[in-house]
Amino acid sequence: MRTARLLVVGWVLQLKTMMRSAFNGALSVVWPLFFATTAFFMYRAGRDEHTLLYASLGASVMGIWSATSTSASSVLQRERRHGTLELLAGAPTNFAFVLLPISIAMSTVGLYSMVATLLWGRLVFGIDMHLVHPLLFVLAIPVTIASVGALGFLLSVAYARYRSAWALGNSLEYPVWLICGFLVPLALLPSWVGPISWLLAPTFGVRAIREAALGGAPLDDLLACASLGIAYFAVGILLAETVLRMARKTAALQLS
Amino acid sequence: MTYPARVFFLGGLLSYRALFNWLTPWILVPTFLVAPIFQILLFAYIGRSANLESDEFYVIGNALQYTSLPCLFAMANMLGDERWSQTLGILLSSPASRLALFLGRSLPVILNGALVGAFGFVAGSLILDVHVPASAFAPLALVIVVTAVSCTGLGLVNGAIGLRVRESAVSSNIVFGLLLVLCGVNVPLDELPSWMETIGRALPLTHGIEAARELADGARLADVGGLIATEAAIGLVWAVIGCTLLRFLEVEARRRATLESS
Repeated sequence: MRTARLLVVGWVLQLKTMMRSAFNGALSVVWPLFFATTAFFMYRAGRDEHTLLYASLGASVMGIWSATSTSASSVLQRERRHGTLELLAGAPTNFAFVLLPISIAMSTVGLYSMVATLLWGRLVFGIDMHLVHPLLFVLAIPVTIASVGALGFLLSVAYARYRSAWALGNSLEYPVWLICGFLVPLALLPSWVGPISWLLAPTFGVRAIREAALGGAPLDDLLACASLGIAYFAVGILLAETVLRMARKTAALQLS
Repeated sequence: MTYPARVFFLGGLLSYRALFNWLTPWILVPTFLVAPIFQILLFAYIGRSANLESDEFYVIGNALQYTSLPCLFAMANMLGDERWSQTLGILLSSPASRLALFLGRSLPVILNGALVGAFGFVAGSLILDVHVPASAFAPLALVIVVTAVSCTGLGLVNGAIGLRVRESAVSSNIVFGLLLVLCGVNVPLDELPSWMETIGRALPLTHGIEAARELADGARLADVGGLIATEAAIGLVWAVIGCTLLRFLEVEARRRATLESS
């Protein structure tokens, strides 16, 4: 019960903190829209209505990853800069349970972008969408957000020793958009990319959202997405413990 | 060395070294080397999926667009970072020539932008097996440098915004995104709505990209001279606007005492 409360309160507080900056909030909506708009123009110029619809759904998920990749990677550096990292690490609760809601809150902010992209596609490009499985579509969104948040959590722990974690996280934005099939069918990519994309929850998240919207069997993809999210969290817990132990041992938590 | 020249060269170099923490490759490699490659790949594959243009089109468009990244961010951060390290007031209360101060800081940025664009072009061409005639290399290098100069002109405007807005990284990202959509980077200009095409033609990059694509298709330097000159002229206009805006906002900030509080 205490853990559930910690996760929910941490998530809500983090969301409130992030929403204080209207400028940052606007960027998280607008940034993926630039890429979505470019992709829409490209697919529209290609004169294929189906691919435009396909791209619209993929583009809507791009914002969830954008909101997570840079900010979650640098979450420890941010706490370090605020002078709160030692307090979090010294708290009697498991460090991983403090970090997880922070990164899930970051991916939740991507929901703004998702809605904005779908509306943008509808209003500006006339992309009409009829949801074949509306309930599964609604279910697929939080599962994808939570799994992407768990991936962000894993990154935040993996980059704990790097002051420039934001740059490493930032550099993952385009690769994940590309190899998870957000805008391009995976079949077009070289075959060696396939196994890498299967290790990434966004691959299955975006596929589940597409299949729920356009028709298909999204449940398998949803399960795969959720399972990967749980796996990221499990690996992240182990990694967080190791990183924290090492940092305490060498007094290197502040990296200064 | 005369005083303004010292401010121009040494001030610019020192500011540049402090700007991106160059001594660590952890920022340089992901930001300037990895990201452009993946942007090129992303749009090249979207282009293949949409059956729109050849890989060469996307390699040139995105490589040149990436020249704008250091130009926009560095020029905005030059003021944002001074504020962060609490030296902005000292800097702007000095009697140094503002022209030498700000233009000096733009010189290393131009070089940086050109190198990023050239790297993106070479790496993208190698990965996607794009062939460009060897005779086009030197003219292409010239186009990349002119485009970097032009983008730095726009960067000065972005830097001026940094005198009023604390989140200068956000404004840099937004301008970078606008260039992506409006300058024919990935979508042929005639496929854009006419009002977007009109705006795009007034921005840096557009004519540079057009010139580079023609050169890669076999045109001679003389054939694209007009495009290169237009690109340079657009950059100059933006630079003049930027310098004027910097001066105006500096005076405003002094008058309203908002230099540190904005």
